[in-house]
Amino acid sequence: MADVAATRSGSVTTTTAWRGLVVFVLALAAFILFWKFGEDIAPWAFEYPKKQIIPAARWISDFTKWLLNDATFGLFTFTDLTRFIAAVIDFPYKVALSLLASGLMSGPGSSAVQLLPPISWIAVTAIVTLMGLYAGGRRLALIVALCFLFIAVFGQWTSAMVTLASILVAVPLGVVGGLLLGIAAYRWRWLERALLPILDLMQTIPVFAYLVPILFLFGFGATAAVVATLIYAMPPMTRVTMLALRQVPSEVRDLGNMIGCTRRQMTWRVLVPTAKESLMVGVNQVIMLSLNMVIIASMIGAGGLGYDVLAALRRLDFGAGLEAGLAIVALAIALDRLSQAFANRNAATDETQARGFMARHPYLLAALGFVVLTGVAGLFVPAIQAYPEALQVSTGTFWSRVVEWINVNFFDTLEAIKNTLLIQLLVPFKRFLLSLPWAGVVALLAFAGFLLRGPKLALLVAALAALIAATGQWEKAMITVYLCGISVMFAGLIGIPVGILSAERDRLWRWVKLAIDTLQTLPSFVYLMPAVMLFRVGDFTAMIAVVAYAVAPAIRYTVLGINRVDPRLVEAGKAMGCTEWQLLTRIKLKLALPEIMLGVNQTIMFALSMLVITALVGTRDLGQEVYIALTKADPGRGLVAGLAVAFIAIIADRLISAGAARARARLGIAEEPS
Amino acid sequence: MSPPEAKLVCRNIWKLFGQGAHEFLEKTGGNPTLEQISTEGLVSAARNVSLSVNEGEIFVIMGLSGSGKSTLVRCLSRLVEPTAGEILFHGENLLAADEKRMIEIRRHKMGMVFQHFALLPHMTVLANVAFPLEVQGVDRATREDRARKMISLVGLTGREDSYPRQLSGGQQQRVGIARSLAVEPELWFLDEPFSALDPLIRREMQDEFIRLQSVLRKTIVFITHDFDEAIRLADRIAIMKDGEIVQAGTPEDIVLNPATEYVEEFTRAVPRAKVVRAGSVMTRDDGDAPEAAVSARATIAEAAPLFLQGAERLRVTGESGETIGVLRRDDVIELMMRG
Repeated sequence: MADVAATRSGSVTTTTAWRGLVVFVLALAAFILFWKFGEDIAPWAFEYPKKQIIPAARWISDFTKWLLNDATFGLFTFTDLTRFIAAVIDFPYKVALSLLASGLMSGPGSSAVQLLPPISWIAVTAIVTLMGLYAGGRRLALIVALCFLFIAVFGQWTSAMVTLASILVAVPLGVVGGLLLGIAAYRWRWLERALLPILDLMQTIPVFAYLVPILFLFGFGATAAVVATLIYAMPPMTRVTMLALRQVPSEVRDLGNMIGCTRRQMTWRVLVPTAKESLMVGVNQVIMLSLNMVIIASMIGAGGLGYDVLAALRRLDFGAGLEAGLAIVALAIALDRLSQAFANRNAATDETQARGFMARHPYLLAALGFVVLTGVAGLFVPAIQAYPEALQVSTGTFWSRVVEWINVNFFDTLEAIKNTLLIQLLVPFKRFLLSLPWAGVVALLAFAGFLLRGPKLALLVAALAALIAATGQWEKAMITVYLCGISVMFAGLIGIPVGILSAERDRLWRWVKLAIDTLQTLPSFVYLMPAVMLFRVGDFTAMIAVVAYAVAPAIRYTVLGINRVDPRLVEAGKAMGCTEWQLLTRIKLKLALPEIMLGVNQTIMFALSMLVITALVGTRDLGQEVYIALTKADPGRGLVAGLAVAFIAIIADRLISAGAARARARLGIAEEPS
Repeated sequence: MSPPEAKLVCRNIWKLFGQGAHEFLEKTGGNPTLEQISTEGLVSAARNVSLSVNEGEIFVIMGLSGSGKSTLVRCLSRLVEPTAGEILFHGENLLAADEKRMIEIRRHKMGMVFQHFALLPHMTVLANVAFPLEVQGVDRATREDRARKMISLVGLTGREDSYPRQLSGGQQQRVGIARSLAVEPELWFLDEPFSALDPLIRREMQDEFIRLQSVLRKTIVFITHDFDEAIRLADRIAIMKDGEIVQAGTPEDIVLNPATEYVEEFTRAVPRAKVVRAGSVMTRDDGDAPEAAVSARATIAEAAPLFLQGAERLRVTGESGETIGVLRRDDVIELMMRG
């Protein structure tokens, strides 16, 4: 009975799928006809009429000006509010900065006198090493110590400490803020409903876009950078908190009610501690995103390593840029491993019940001892206070030479590859996209949305796409789509086969995983350096950087998808006498398809976020628009372009997710609870 | 014999999940059929449930998964808000209590044991057991003292400083039991407490539970999907199906007189001798009572070995040891032959 019903519904879905395909092909044909012959009939559909453009950019700029000059909440003005926020952030930042980098200063500006030196480089290294020892044992201590030594030896110490100071301020604020917001959203459903679309938008809107209004509201400087970092790093924490609280078993919640917890006790004594393990994942994310953002925020005055990279990029001084970039990598690895070890430690080991302050806090005391001892010794021996310059190593010139050598010897080859790809692939694809009528594209997208899910999705997709056109950004958006599309294609061509290969081979996968894990901890800025070195500025360089950045999710999801295929099905396949190839193509890849589609989706998201950063190497898309707005401090222009990028991301995300859900349904794999 | 005092009474409890359940229930005069409920798009978990739990008895609610038993027990403590009905605890209507009063009642009068233990992973055994008291604001010395007593009661002395993940499933549930007893509740809910354990451990925990109850004499609502467990532990059983109680009574009642075919399915494999008590099989005392005696509450399986010594008849005694009847060898054999 059941079998018959299943086959029948199976054949029904196949026929509807066929019908869908036929309808889609017809629509595509109509679209092509319109594209080839429609220009004379409806020129407005090809170039959005200038008069109808919504001046959103000007509105936003006017609004920001009004906020700054006239907005008032009755008791205080908006400017008072921003000043208050700035003050709240400024104080801890100054403290962290004096401790780590500048020392305690007294007096105004450049005539300031240093009262106390910052914590010595030896003490900082000792502290993080002790933290490593405490949280993860000797191996971790060694890794962390090496990372910090690396920073000192290559003369990046002060810059790195400036960056670290920003992170030390941004991370606690981001974690606490995200946690509170997440808890609030968990408790009040209306808040969650209001928050979710905002969180979606925050994660897709390129970071440059909100740097501009922040620059406008908070001025150029470290405070603005920390605000930007907070805004960037808080949404994931909020999301993780909401998810983690919801994942607390219902029995534990029942227990809390049963023993008569008040709401506050329920939240802080039952739910949050039970969800701690998942919450720590959020903390790790906040740390890594903060690091990424602090680097990018060097454009609005964060200083530190990010500024060094940016300056080097502007001078095209590869050596210096690479060293600062590697210092960022070292810092990222140290922070990532430390925070992960702390997260796991809470779950794994027990607190000792030793008595007495000394016995309970040996690490704390040792760290304090190092600070005091090296601080005092540093007053007499400068090498203890600051890493001696004479012992610093700089490989800057070496790397510049290497690049020079490569360019001298392989210039023609590299140039040939670049030009071939540009002329044969990139440029034609770009021309093709630019020639498409916007109205037709909007209609086609809406139609795809309708087929995949229904009228609601169709409406959303069409509205977002039409808004891009209506704000006069169609052309730039198409360039973004072209760069993103090409990059995603290459990332998929590299990532999916690598994923397939490593899913079958444990040893290979271990290495690949290590590689992509490390790649993902790197701030996106760093990706630009090698690409620029070899290919100079332009679309091709941007594409290389984007592919390098976005290949990780393609690999990861492919492996995940293939490994999730029910082993019993593979066994059944073997029992039927499938060859390895048949197993792969007929069973594994088919069933892993939805997962791989989600991987492609993630790849697109990664590509879009990287694409905006590649504006630094001279692309001409929406990212460049945002970047220009940043340099001109034009919040309207930046936000509108940023939103357009977010819209592209949302359109791609919704369509692909709907497609993946359909594929799942057709394969009879249950939708994962999200 | 005066009827035992009812501690917890619930009348006409309804729980429907879905939009507009209240209005729907009113519209249908408070007694919709299953078809009506499903055409409305609602899901029923409890339908017109009435039961009363007496002081000091083990009341078992038995049902297969999806029968609504877990929802029902959560309705009784108002962890789940019933759609309609009345719940009287000591004569106080719980559904009329405000949140503050409910917190008060749960803190001092109720305890609950959960199927998957619901231990807090970041706390030691001691802290877990003391947690209900901590929530009430009991000072540290008192609550740890009480917690230690409970831990020794369940036989876990020495594991106070362990964390839940370091314990076996059986041990974890002992912690759950100790925790639920820490506030000395009057009403003790156990929601499938042994279902997540291995069969051997389950048996051991049932014995442990019987031992505890013989000491504590709590009023207990015990949820299970295991009919044998219900028979073993219950003073009275209510069998649930599709949110309704299909039959309620003593294990003996249910085994001897199953109300529906559904109930009969469960009872078929149960050996009668293990359920039927001497009091139900005895004949009237004909004045010639033998020496060897057995309590009227003993099961036939417990009484049977006494016949091995050659007795033809056993004296059946009441609560205070008085002779109330005679158990004859032939009757016992006949019952045991029936299965």
